[in-house]
Amino acid sequence: MLDKEKDKKKKKHSKSANKTVKVKTHKAPFEFEYSDAPESRDIVKIKERNLLYINGQWQEPSEGSFFPTLNPADGEVLAEVAEASAADVDKAVQAARKAYEGTWSKIPAHERGKYIFRIARILQERAREFAVLETLDNGKPIKESRDVDIPLVASHFFYNAGWADKLDYAFPGHKVTPIGVAAQVIPWNFPLLMAAWKIAPALATGNCVVLKPAETTPLTALLLAEVIEQAGLPPGVVNIVTGAGKTGAALVNHPDVNKVAFTGSTEVGRIIAKAVAKTNKKLTLELGGKSAHIVYEDAAIDQAVEGVVNGIFFNQGHVCCAGSRLLVEESIAKDFVEKLKERMSQIRVGDPLDKNTDVGAINSHRELEKIRGFINEAKEEGWEYFSASATELPGKGFFQKPCFFNDVGSAASIFRQEVFGPVLAISTFRTPQEAISKANDTPYGLAAGVWSEKASKIQKTALGLKAGVIWANTYNKFDPSSPFGGYYESGWGREGGRHGLFPYVEVQ
Amino acid sequence: MSAKEQPVIKTIKLFINGEFPRTESGRSFAVPIHGSEHIYANLCQASRKDLRAAVEAAKEGLKSWSGKTAFNRAQILYRMAEMLEGKKQEAGQILEDVQGLSKKDAEVEVTTAIQVLLYYAGFADKFSQVMASVNPVSGPFHNFTTPEPVGVVGFLADTGFSFWQWMDRLAAILCSGNSVVAVIGAPGAALISLIGEVMATSDVPKGVVNILSGDINELFTPMASHMEVQSICYWGEDQTKISQLHEQATENMKRVVYKYKPQSLESITAFTEFKTIWHPVGV
Amino acid sequence: MFQERFVRGHGGKKIPIPYYPIDQVGADERAQFFTKRSIKKESKINALYTIISMIDLTTLEGADTPGKVKQMCAKARFPVPRGVYQDIANHPKAKALPSVAAVCVYPSMVPHAAEALEGTDIQVASVATAFPSGQLPIDLKVADVERAVEFGATEIDMVINRGAFLSGDYQTVFDEIIQIKEACGDAHLKVILETGELVTYDRVHFASQLSMLAGADFIKTSTGKVQPAATLPVTLVMLNAIKDYYKHTGVKVGMKPAGGIRTAKQAIAYLCMVNEVLGSDWLTPDLFRFGASTLLNDVLKQIYKQVTGRYYYDKIFSLD
Repeated sequence: MLDKEKDKKKKKHSKSANKTVKVKTHKAPFEFEYSDAPESRDIVKIKERNLLYINGQWQEPSEGSFFPTLNPADGEVLAEVAEASAADVDKAVQAARKAYEGTWSKIPAHERGKYIFRIARILQERAREFAVLETLDNGKPIKESRDVDIPLVASHFFYNAGWADKLDYAFPGHKVTPIGVAAQVIPWNFPLLMAAWKIAPALATGNCVVLKPAETTPLTALLLAEVIEQAGLPPGVVNIVTGAGKTGAALVNHPDVNKVAFTGSTEVGRIIAKAVAKTNKKLTLELGGKSAHIVYEDAAIDQAVEGVVNGIFFNQGHVCCAGSRLLVEESIAKDFVEKLKERMSQIRVGDPLDKNTDVGAINSHRELEKIRGFINEAKEEGWEYFSASATELPGKGFFQKPCFFNDVGSAASIFRQEVFGPVLAISTFRTPQEAISKANDTPYGLAAGVWSEKASKIQKTALGLKAGVIWANTYNKFDPSSPFGGYYESGWGREGGRHGLFPYVEVQ
Repeated sequence: MSAKEQPVIKTIKLFINGEFPRTESGRSFAVPIHGSEHIYANLCQASRKDLRAAVEAAKEGLKSWSGKTAFNRAQILYRMAEMLEGKKQEAGQILEDVQGLSKKDAEVEVTTAIQVLLYYAGFADKFSQVMASVNPVSGPFHNFTTPEPVGVVGFLADTGFSFWQWMDRLAAILCSGNSVVAVIGAPGAALISLIGEVMATSDVPKGVVNILSGDINELFTPMASHMEVQSICYWGEDQTKISQLHEQATENMKRVVYKYKPQSLESITAFTEFKTIWHPVGV
Repeated sequence: MFQERFVRGHGGKKIPIPYYPIDQVGADERAQFFTKRSIKKESKINALYTIISMIDLTTLEGADTPGKVKQMCAKARFPVPRGVYQDIANHPKAKALPSVAAVCVYPSMVPHAAEALEGTDIQVASVATAFPSGQLPIDLKVADVERAVEFGATEIDMVINRGAFLSGDYQTVFDEIIQIKEACGDAHLKVILETGELVTYDRVHFASQLSMLAGADFIKTSTGKVQPAATLPVTLVMLNAIKDYYKHTGVKVGMKPAGGIRTAKQAIAYLCMVNEVLGSDWLTPDLFRFGASTLLNDVLKQIYKQVTGRYYYDKIFSLD
């Protein structure tokens, strides 16, 4: 308590000597420590050896090789996962082709929809199981897998299921047909959600799928295969092959694939685009970003602070659309950064399974090293550094405290390159024009945030920002009905909403 | 008149940033009169430096063009049709001369070119109504998606030339607010002056339309790999070129458009990006 | 940048009140965050005990009688029947049950409450200033307060003049709080904003600033007579105002959400919010209170469960 206030109180009490006011007992404030609140992992039975899901069957990898997937929270092996060879990929593509030609393209559209609805429902019923498994394999806090990832996964299937027999309305005046076999390669940051983003619209539009989850997070996609089995989909409609880059390359390059969809880094996206260039395959890419978060002086400051925190520290910052650049109007920069610091000091970093954890584990040692590399470089360059959390980092596993670099120069790599971690780069601006051009000063164009309580300024800024998703007075919101995807080097095409169907059909 | 008057053989220049410069390279090539050995005109053979200048101009042109209201863009596209109507005879004559079209075929080419300009003029303030959506997200947010221009579009005409089909692509690109750098080889390049004049007199801001005559093969890679070009419209059948284009476009992840449907909504949206905006709904 | 808002203080001194917009959706979302905190084991028991010590046990009915008030005061002193108390106290995990912070009654009931609580640490709080509407001339509101203090109230819960506030006459709102504060003498002043009538968070924040500048010891959400009463987001907005006021003046103002907090689970979410927004300095009855009539029993039941491991049944607790 401040002395000033103590004095004030003393004065009050002395003055009251002749009155019968009771003296208050000044109790020591309650030190509120949150006890551990771990979600039980018993709900999930993780198989020690995980096979490939091809043609509705669990198949041994042809070359017999397996690789481990770790729990990033403790670095221990969760399970062994089959590595699909080119031959396995070929089998999967053939199965998909057979299913496409034999059954999936022949059944009535509304029946197709029913299968997808069924997947959505089973996912809801097994939600907790998926949430726990996602957190174990990925390292994201259970709070997020439980309240964000898994509900969104179910709603993506649910949303797209309804499109199956309404495609005539999605493309008024046109007949549309499916493309055939879609090869889908997804990243490790939202393992199951990305699987849903890919599989749901592909199935709704009548395509068959071969999906390759990321090598560090294959388990929930494999559990999804169980759900697909449970939903009774004809064999081969969805095939899931696990493996690393080699498996992905075999899938993308397979000659009998008609459509390639990839989410991941711009670097790999380029390689895929080059590989696909020589073919007639359709291609959609959802790549990297260095999204800017503009905070004007007339913003709702406390909510903007939340938005910035959510923008960069959600999912440990492993978000392609993370608001990794904060552009704050110079007139409020000092106070804003101060508030940001206070807020960051309340972030609980730790055991991802603990229900009170706000920021979980970095997905892999390799990613952690990469993030640290960026941090060290920025430190060497001498930018003002701040990091904080309300908790001590666990002694094992891969963890990084939320941090930022303040007053960063626009040429600094921390301001230009995608870190894909809980690292924010802060800079200032003076006018809306400057804010917009600074925000657009990046080869990426995935997302941007803007905070102001002045409606016309929001409109003007949103119009000027060159990005596929603009979050005005909010950030990191996702919905199956809302198209998502970037301008420029952030990719090709949209996922979600009516626009998310376009990449999966041929318009006649 | 005793001796036959010698005609003035014109030199057709480039159209960059609203002006008609010669190529910086000082090179030219001749377009013959169809089926004869006579020269119809000398054309500038644009260099990669000309291309660079044109992209610079297009980058600036994009700002003013994309900032105009859709209605205004519609008016200007309509104005182009009006200006072309006034040059109908001249355009037809050029097509007869350099392409050897019959008078009737040439006339059809030109009137169709006028028609496609009208088509896209009428679409400029409508396509976004068709393509936009208000998305019913679960939560207290207003969420909508709307198309925006993709940016600077490189337009490579690498095929037998048809005036109206070329104009269809140009108008589709311009419709949503893109700027364009077009490259035309012989014989179509003979029309550059005429098209430039149509553009220059139709209130389209300078830099929005830039047209280079030259060798597609020479300008192909500089265009495909140019980092300030966001999309390429390739008009041609050469599969090798299409693959190369895709490959080179990955430097900055350009959008490559080679399938095309004349007079269609899809031809407009092929050169757009979808932007989705979220805003809370509260008090 | 925005319209200048100010009130005049002593000697006509201009006191600016900065415009501080609140985004409703963002504030709601942030408040929701605290309901997701999972408070278990030790932290839960400690929180439950702390909640009891922060309760202003309240009855504000036209039907209040000396008898009813005495019963409530008895509940404040001995919240559980002796048998249950023993049950809890004999358990190794148990701590001595704290008493509630205060009882809160109408001015006419203050003498009965004061008598019933004689010799205890429990404060006597009285609503005043023509509670709940506040629609009386200021001299009568002042008289209302003076009588309550005279009767033995050590805390006064006043209502702001919403009529003046909503008509844009902030000076009157401000001046009235100053006058009431003077009338309070040594009694602590809690200023009720009646957020359910202000409706927007921008106004709640503005009214919070106004009240603190006028000398409120506490700011309080609601009378309990208007819906919605206390909510997590409205409390969050007020906590943020308190935080900024502390940063600028060094004065710690207390917070009292009142009305609608009925369960221990709800109350724990509030504690988490105070803890993470203002810090543990505010986790004391001196700076945080719950205005509630039925919360106490639910907290007691939860303690019973936590300590004994058995589920309670209603009949082992007294009704009051």
